[in-house]
Parts: sequence; C-alpha cells; structure tokens
Amino acid sequence: MKAFQKRQSPGTRKASFDVETIRRDFPILQERVRGKRLVYLDNGATSQKPQAVIDAISRYYQSENSNIHRGVHYLSEVATASYEAAREKIRGFLNAKSQQEIIFVRGTTEAINLVAQSYGRTFLKEGDEIVISAMEHHSNIVPWQMLCGQIGARLRVIPINHDGDFVLEEFKQLLNDKTKLVAVTHVSNALGSIVPVKQVVQLAHERGIPVLLDGAQAVPHLKVDVQDIGCDFYAFSGHKVFGPTGVGVLYGKSQLLDVMPPYQGGGDMISLVTFEKTHYNVLPYKFEAGTPHIAGGIGLGAAIDYLNALDWDQVTAHETDLLAYATDALSAVETLRIIGMAKEKAGVLSFVFDHVHAHDVGTILDQEGVAIRAGHHCAMPVMQRFGVPATARASFALYNTKGEIDALVRGIHRVLKVFG
Amino acid sequence: MSEIDDLYQEVILDHNRSPRNFREIENANRKSEGYNPLCGDHVTIYVDLAGGIIRDISFKGSGCAISKASASMMTTELKGKSQLEAESVFENMHRMLTGGADVEGGDFASLGKLRILSGVCKFPARVKCASLAWHTVNAALKGVDEVASTQ
Repeated sequence: MKAFQKRQSPGTRKASFDVETIRRDFPILQERVRGKRLVYLDNGATSQKPQAVIDAISRYYQSENSNIHRGVHYLSEVATASYEAAREKIRGFLNAKSQQEIIFVRGTTEAINLVAQSYGRTFLKEGDEIVISAMEHHSNIVPWQMLCGQIGARLRVIPINHDGDFVLEEFKQLLNDKTKLVAVTHVSNALGSIVPVKQVVQLAHERGIPVLLDGAQAVPHLKVDVQDIGCDFYAFSGHKVFGPTGVGVLYGKSQLLDVMPPYQGGGDMISLVTFEKTHYNVLPYKFEAGTPHIAGGIGLGAAIDYLNALDWDQVTAHETDLLAYATDALSAVETLRIIGMAKEKAGVLSFVFDHVHAHDVGTILDQEGVAIRAGHHCAMPVMQRFGVPATARASFALYNTKGEIDALVRGIHRVLKVFG
Repeated sequence: MSEIDDLYQEVILDHNRSPRNFREIENANRKSEGYNPLCGDHVTIYVDLAGGIIRDISFKGSGCAISKASASMMTTELKGKSQLEAESVFENMHRMLTGGADVEGGDFASLGKLRILSGVCKFPARVKCASLAWHTVNAALKGVDEVASTQ
C-alpha cells in the first residue's frame, strides 16, 4: 500500500500532529456507549464533528439566522456573507478556479443526479454510452441508469481485479466513439481502493469525453486539486469530511455549467420572472433553487477551516500508519479475509468470515462499544463481484488510534468465541 | 447471561451451523422470496401445501445467523401444521419480535422453542433479521406472488 497523497497546507506554520489533542476537539469521542468507551470506526458512513463545526452551526442559529441573498436588513447581510465565505473556503479546498464553479447541494447523491439530469439529458442521446466502474456506490450507478432509461443511452462498467484495483487497461478498452461521459469514484467506499483519477481524466479527455468524479470517500483523506486532476465535475458530501449532513458540493467547470440548464426551478435561481418567460440567474445560483441549508454550508466552511489548520503531511502519515497497522492486525486473525487489497488504499478495511455473517460481527462488536458498518455498503455490485453477501467494514478518520484498532481486534476475538 | 449470550444462544448457533430443511422442494406448490434491502439477507421459502396442511416446508438463501436460525426453526415448527395454525404462529411471532412482550406470558407460551428468538428484541437493528423468514412464509401461504420485504 502506498502512502496517501499530500494535502497541501497553506503557508502558515502548523502545530505538530498529536492524535490525543485532535480527539479532544471531537466531543462525541469522549462518549461511552453500552457502558464502553466509544470506538468509532464507521467514518465511511459519516464522520464525527469537531467542536468548531458544532459552534459555527450554533452561532449561526443563535446570532445570524436569516435568509440569504434576499434581505436588505443586517442579519441577512451577515448570513449571506458567512454563507458565501464558506463557498470561498470550499473553492480553496478543491482549488477550483472560481466560486462560480462551487454549487451547494444536499450531498454527493444530489450532485450526481444534477449532472445526470441537467448535463446528461441535454447533451447525451440514444445510443450514447456512459462509463462507470465496478466499484461505484449506488449513488453513482442509479442516476445513470435512470438517465439511460430516459434517453436510451447505455451503461458500460469497467471491471476491477481481484484485489479491487481499478484497471486502466480495462478502462481504455471501454472507451469508444459512443462514450459521452465517464463517472467514477475517487476512493471506493466498500474497498478503499484509490482510483488513478488523473490518468482516467487524461484518457477520457484525449477523446473529448467529460469526467465526473465521486469524491465522497476521498476528501476526508486525500488532497484534492480539481485543476490538477483536470476533472469536469467533482462531487462530495459535507458530513463525510467533518461537516454537517444535508450539505454537499458539486464542482463543475464553468464552461460546462454555463451551457447546462437548471436542475430545479424556484427562488434564487432566477433573475427575472414573468408569466411568459423566466431569465435564469448567473452561476452558481442558477443551480441553487430555494433556500439552501445555510447553517450546513457555514458548518462545512468551519470544517474546512479546521482541516486547513492541521499539518497534512503528519495527518497523512498518521492515517497511512493506522491503515497499515489495522491491515496487519486483521490479517493475523485466523479465518478472517480482507476484501480489497488494492495497491493504493485510503481509510477502509472490509472483511468477512466464511462462517460468520457481517451482521453478526457488527452486533457483537457494538456490544464492545466498537462501531463499524455491516452490510453491502450501498455497493451491491461490489459484493457480487467478490461473491459475498455483505462485509464488515472498519473505516478510519484522522482521530482514530492504534488503541482503537486493538479494541476492534479484541472484539473480533469475542465474535470468534461466540461462533466457535 | 449477557445480552449477546442471550441473543446467540446455543440452539440458535446450532441452527445457524446446521440449518434444518435447507433445501429446495422440487414440486413445491407455494414458494415465496424474502429480501431485506438493508443488509442484503435473502431467503426463499418452499411449501408443499395439501388439503390445508403443510406437508413439507424448506428454505434456501443467505443471511446472518439470526435470519438463518429463525428460518430453520420455522421450518421445523410449521411442518405438519395446518395453514390456519401456521398463520396464528406467524401472528404470535410477529408480536413477540416487534413488541418485546413478556415471553413467559399467555399467547407466547404456545410458541414453544421459538421463544428463544425473543432475545432479538433487545437489538432493534436485528428484529428484521429474525422476522424475514416469517414474512416470507406468510406471503407464501397467502399465495402472494411477489418478493416479501421487511421494509
């Protein structure tokens, strides 16, 4: 397994990374569950929130709450400024060229649906092909299937190898004159595999095919620079990157967003409405109909501030070390099989037993205070690929410790004791 | 006994290890599929129903220990029962699993060995694992020709 890419840190000097200090920033990590100290290893499902994010949301509701982009009064100005400041933070976080390219949505799922319905229905037609990979989350499968059903396009799937690696050669073979869109994950939620997205974009762009990346599992672990990657669309969710639920981001290149029709109609996305005709607002507001999740956007901005204050070289080293430690520890458990041994991985360890179902593993670990995910991880085709009904998945964040991995291993031994 | 030991009692672990009637019935005249979209548990129940009596009943599928044990115990309990009796067992099981009622009390006494599955009440996330096979057999007996779901 190779080291994570680095998240570039702005010029200011960072405090040295100390996981115990980090843990104190996340109040929920001090909680006890079922009488045990919480060991939270379900970060792939959602991450915990630092106090700074919780405070930012409270502050907004306590002293800034107002609707944005509308009022002439003081609070509306303050709320609008906070919300738009968050957009700028996100622009910096992704290194997008312009704030116009940052669209607030509910989450990754809505971002992908937006592209499928707005871009897809406008620029794709019958017989065209959309390429996805075999390790997509359902949210990067179903919107394209729906689009295919609407316009008569065809979905093509890039196979993965038995380790869960994305295979560029297979991808190349699928590209042809009919391919009109590529939509792949950046990091697999079920396997942790990192997709070589830069090469994917390069290969697609050689044929003039736009690329959407599902970054939901990537942003908590990897430095993402959309200009360096070159992708046309990038989607992620706030709640997986230490921000609130209900808010996410679609990045899109402005030249594409400009020619795409609105996704939803309503307030804020218009510049002039008469009963005869409506003129749409400029980017990014054209895609932001209705009052948004203002507190969510502000909370996500606070999460990004929190991440920016960390030394990412050290965070990366910590996470790499943690995944390697966990991989070794779980590999040593007899009868346990790790699903997904890609050469480049981030944050996820999926595993199965031949004689114990993942659900039973999850229930017993839960009694030990260890929270993991058990199931198909909204990636049923991945389960089918590996011939398992479900996996148990431990997924890590920057605040996890080796001690917590030890607790996971102790819990697994308890599972094996029950099931003999 | 800890809640975990209460859930995973030896009888349940035994049915999980060696499920009874884990096979297809070739000439089954009732068959129903059950599916739990939350966890992917999948079960098919086969019933040979003649003159209102369950002459044979079996299951196939994949799932956790609770769902497998529940299906396995169900087949042993329902074999030989009339359709009406089976429906009454279903009603009682459903009430026991979802209600968390006192299993020693009146109605549930009739459930006999099946009461061992009551440990699942303390694990709300697992109730559907135990009830999947029962919803499915209920659909099979009613002749409903669609995939039963715990949702």
